[in-house]
Amino acid sequence: MNIYEQEKHNRRATWLIVIIFIIFFGIIGIGFDLFFTGVPPVGSVIAIIIAGISVLTSYYSGDKIVLASTGARAVNHSDLKEHQFYNIVEEVKISSGLPMPKVYIIPDPDPNAFATGRDPQHSSIAITEGLLAKLNREELQGVVAHELSHIKNYDIRLMTLIAALVGAIVLLADWSARSMRGLGRGRSSSRKGGGGGQVILLVIWLFLIIIAPILAQILAMAVSRKREYLADASGAEMIRNPLGLASALAKIESAAEPTRAIKRGVAHICIADPLGRSFTAKEGFVANLMATHPPMPERIRRLKEMGYLIQSNQPPA
Amino acid sequence: MSILLVVLGAVALVVLIVVVWVIAAYNGLVGLRNTVKNAWSQIDVQLKRRYDLIPNLVETVKGYAKHENTTFENIAKARSACMSASAAGAVGELGKAEGTLMQALKSLFMVVENYPELKANQNFLALQEELSSTENRVSFARQFYNDNVMRLNNAVQMFPSNIIAGMFGFKPAEFFEIESGEEKKAPKVQF
Repeated sequence: MNIYEQEKHNRRATWLIVIIFIIFFGIIGIGFDLFFTGVPPVGSVIAIIIAGISVLTSYYSGDKIVLASTGARAVNHSDLKEHQFYNIVEEVKISSGLPMPKVYIIPDPDPNAFATGRDPQHSSIAITEGLLAKLNREELQGVVAHELSHIKNYDIRLMTLIAALVGAIVLLADWSARSMRGLGRGRSSSRKGGGGGQVILLVIWLFLIIIAPILAQILAMAVSRKREYLADASGAEMIRNPLGLASALAKIESAAEPTRAIKRGVAHICIADPLGRSFTAKEGFVANLMATHPPMPERIRRLKEMGYLIQSNQPPA
Repeated sequence: MSILLVVLGAVALVVLIVVVWVIAAYNGLVGLRNTVKNAWSQIDVQLKRRYDLIPNLVETVKGYAKHENTTFENIAKARSACMSASAAGAVGELGKAEGTLMQALKSLFMVVENYPELKANQNFLALQEELSSTENRVSFARQFYNDNVMRLNNAVQMFPSNIIAGMFGFKPAEFFEIESGEEKKAPKVQF
């Protein structure tokens, strides 16, 4: 898959996720109507309105929410290193043909980076102070190219939307589970004798509410994992140098402390797992299901292979 | 009667397909040509930025290394050659002049190696960062330009879009290659 196919694929996936999300809210609302209020449209209408509002806010200001949650600040141009980072973004942006994204620094000593926004015209790149301190110019360039390719193929829109919507689902499931407990107690004695079919429906509905947040998180992780390899490869192609990113990833991996400034909800948009979870280092079923990122050694190996191919294609100097 | 209608319909369909294809191919070529133009202007912006930075850098170095006049003169000469080639819009000539300028700058940084105080100077470090960033910008802008020149040239020369290109006078664009002395030298083999 190349970057243009990926872009098309991402646009479709974004729509799909939004539709699934709204249907999910609708089901929760209908269930609420059927089993508790008895007046059909109230719960459904409220649920769908909430879903619509959260889709719109996460589309238009998901990036601001994500950035604010990490405490990101503007670049200080009088600091040589931070100014160099800004310069690097300007350089790599030229080779990608993208408009200039907004550039932020996150005050956190653990090395990490992410990009967010809804399209290339409204995009941001943020890196931690730790990353800035640990990487040299070439390595920073690799990281910036990786993030810019997330921007170029619209990964950022999909990921930011998912970040916001997963948050909303977790919140809603939590809230409806709590309100159900209260309602259930009050109504249990006065309930009209519903058929066995209704009980089964109720069980399915309850199951859906319980399983939804877990499914949503697994989905977010799967979506992000696949995209990291592609961003590594197309970033390397953007600057014609895979080795800078390879050595940057090795440095990030060796400092595997958790990035405190980056909360769980935005883990999947970062260049490396900010929670410092050890199973990103392994392959296997559980690791595959739960990790937001592919194993670091495999990513580094693929980049080095690219580097080797580039070198062997060039005439000997 | 009905056979005639079918034949007429088929002919009309073919004509329609051809017309749609011609429009699409023409628009595609215009799009590519505009991208190439835009990519060139980006190179131009970055080159100008570099020509503006060089005198500042030279002045800073002069403050520490007063007796390196040949190096300074070489840079000034190469820079003005570049500027006139860029003003004339001569892609090939500019490539050669840029190569000379790169060599001259390289020898400037070799001179700097002999002055440890200069290497620690904040002003110099900032200028050096600006210059290396600008050099990267030039090379990325060049990469973007050359990629698009290749796409334009493929469209202009490959069948069947070359028919449209010929009809409307689209010409292949020139690659921008910087000829540094080193790259052109054949590898020395010693036994």
